[in-house]
Amino acid sequence: MAMSDRFLPLAHTPERATSETALTKAVLIGIAGLFLVAILFFPLVTVFIEALRKGWGTLFENFSDPDTLAAIRLTLLVAAIAVPFNAVVGLAASWAIAKFEFKGKNLLLTLIDLPFAISPVISGLVFVLLFGAQGWLGPWLVAHNVQIIFAVPGIVLATVLVTFPFVARELIPLMQSQGTSEEEAALMLGASGWYTFFKVTLPNVKWALLYGVLLCNARAMGEFGAVSVVSGHIRGLTNTMPLHIEILYNEYNFVGAFAVASLLAGLALFTLLAKSLLEWRFAGELAASSRRN
Amino acid sequence: MTFLPSSLRQPSALPGFGLALGFTLAALSLIVLLPLAALVLRAASIGPADFFKIASDPRTLAALRLSFGTALIAALINTVFGLLIAWVLVRYRFPGRRIIDAAVDLPFALPTAVAGISMAAIYAPNGPIGSIAQNFGLKIAYTPLGIVLALVFIGLPFVVRTVQPVLEEVESDIEEASALLGASRLRTVFQVVLPHVYPALLTGFALAFARGVGEYGSVIFIAGNIPLVSEIAPLLIVIKLEEFDYGGATVIATLMLAISFAMLFLINAIQGWSRTKYGNV
Repeated sequence: MAMSDRFLPLAHTPERATSETALTKAVLIGIAGLFLVAILFFPLVTVFIEALRKGWGTLFENFSDPDTLAAIRLTLLVAAIAVPFNAVVGLAASWAIAKFEFKGKNLLLTLIDLPFAISPVISGLVFVLLFGAQGWLGPWLVAHNVQIIFAVPGIVLATVLVTFPFVARELIPLMQSQGTSEEEAALMLGASGWYTFFKVTLPNVKWALLYGVLLCNARAMGEFGAVSVVSGHIRGLTNTMPLHIEILYNEYNFVGAFAVASLLAGLALFTLLAKSLLEWRFAGELAASSRRN
Repeated sequence: MTFLPSSLRQPSALPGFGLALGFTLAALSLIVLLPLAALVLRAASIGPADFFKIASDPRTLAALRLSFGTALIAALINTVFGLLIAWVLVRYRFPGRRIIDAAVDLPFALPTAVAGISMAAIYAPNGPIGSIAQNFGLKIAYTPLGIVLALVFIGLPFVVRTVQPVLEEVESDIEEASALLGASRLRTVFQVVLPHVYPALLTGFALAFARGVGEYGSVIFIAGNIPLVSEIAPLLIVIKLEEFDYGGATVIATLMLAISFAMLFLINAIQGWSRTKYGNV
């Protein structure tokens, strides 16, 4: 009797045993929601409110400022070099790591992920120590009139270092799970190696590649610490958009700073939207770690 | 085609191993390893006496303590709320769930400088939240508290995204078994479900912590950057570089890397211990 008393309620409401009460659920969702609004939504919305503080006219005036335009151009240029480079490296690395078995693979994987573990400021510092005036190669570079630090090449190098793992880490787990049987079939049927890569492997990973490129691009255009160390902050020449935001902010030109920031916030929203669409539409064709439903 | 001796690589029908690995290693060496070697060599070329002198400078010690301390507090906050958010997203169905799920990645997508000036505007004494806090005698921006808030923003997705997939894979039969054996829901959650998630939670904590220690862009705007009070270690590296004190910058960077790697090593060891205790999940 005692036993049946104890089990009876379970029989009538089976979901109670493995779920919380409606009240508990509502409270937990409420806390999570409030935390996200305070920590994430509020800063995002503030960017647009501050950018529009003096109206749309001032916003567009800020966009047409020559230094702002130069910063936008430089940011686009740096991303246009860094992202394709890291995409090619990511494809090469994932081909070698996912399609072949060799010793030292885990070490290679760790080294590829290394830039994630390093402060962006240190990622910039290492290039100053290498190419700066007092750096290892500094005297040689000065003698041959090559400028890397406080110039565009340094900004590109620092950005490539910081964004190095983004594409590779999306592609490697996916290509590992796909195995090699499709490529082997193509080769057996007489396809060349490159033909197999472009017609079999690449179509199999195209959405994961796009996913990695999106994240890589967001970081490349938004990178601040590493670029700040190597740029020299020369207006119109070595200022990327994030660095230009800092200069405007430190000059108390808050509306100008938030105007440039709103462009980057727009890029972030676009990245999130495109990323979510990929996750919802092509979940099966992304690496397991980046699937959402 | 391949330059590795056959003993290091298993035979395969696919071509292009040598080209792919060669290109990867060349890029890795030039972009990542060679520059990092420059840092290590530079640090080694500083004598131990000079190294210790810079390392024991009160300003260096204060900056390191601040960076690691605020990153630790922020990572702990993110561990609690990140787990809660992952739980809500995986277990419950409610309107707006997908939007929240997508929004969790905002700190990955939003440039740190943008987040930095925005949070400084919110929490400054004349900002919308800063002014309210001011009425209660609480100063947020330009204090270590502001730094913690910026690091909470930066670190949140690391915890949520590490815990979420593991939580999704917890089988419901263990919960049913626990409930049938008479455990309360609270006990089932904390003693049956969550132990499966602890290794992932620890990984998420470690990632958020490591990111917080090195974070620069979002912090410097809200920190106020007062030496000995709210000056983080990455900023001190930048200041040393601006003074052309390459040695000072190198020492602080080396210390940061050494402490970070030691902590990650420790966390990996705890990870291994918890795997043997809770099973490989």
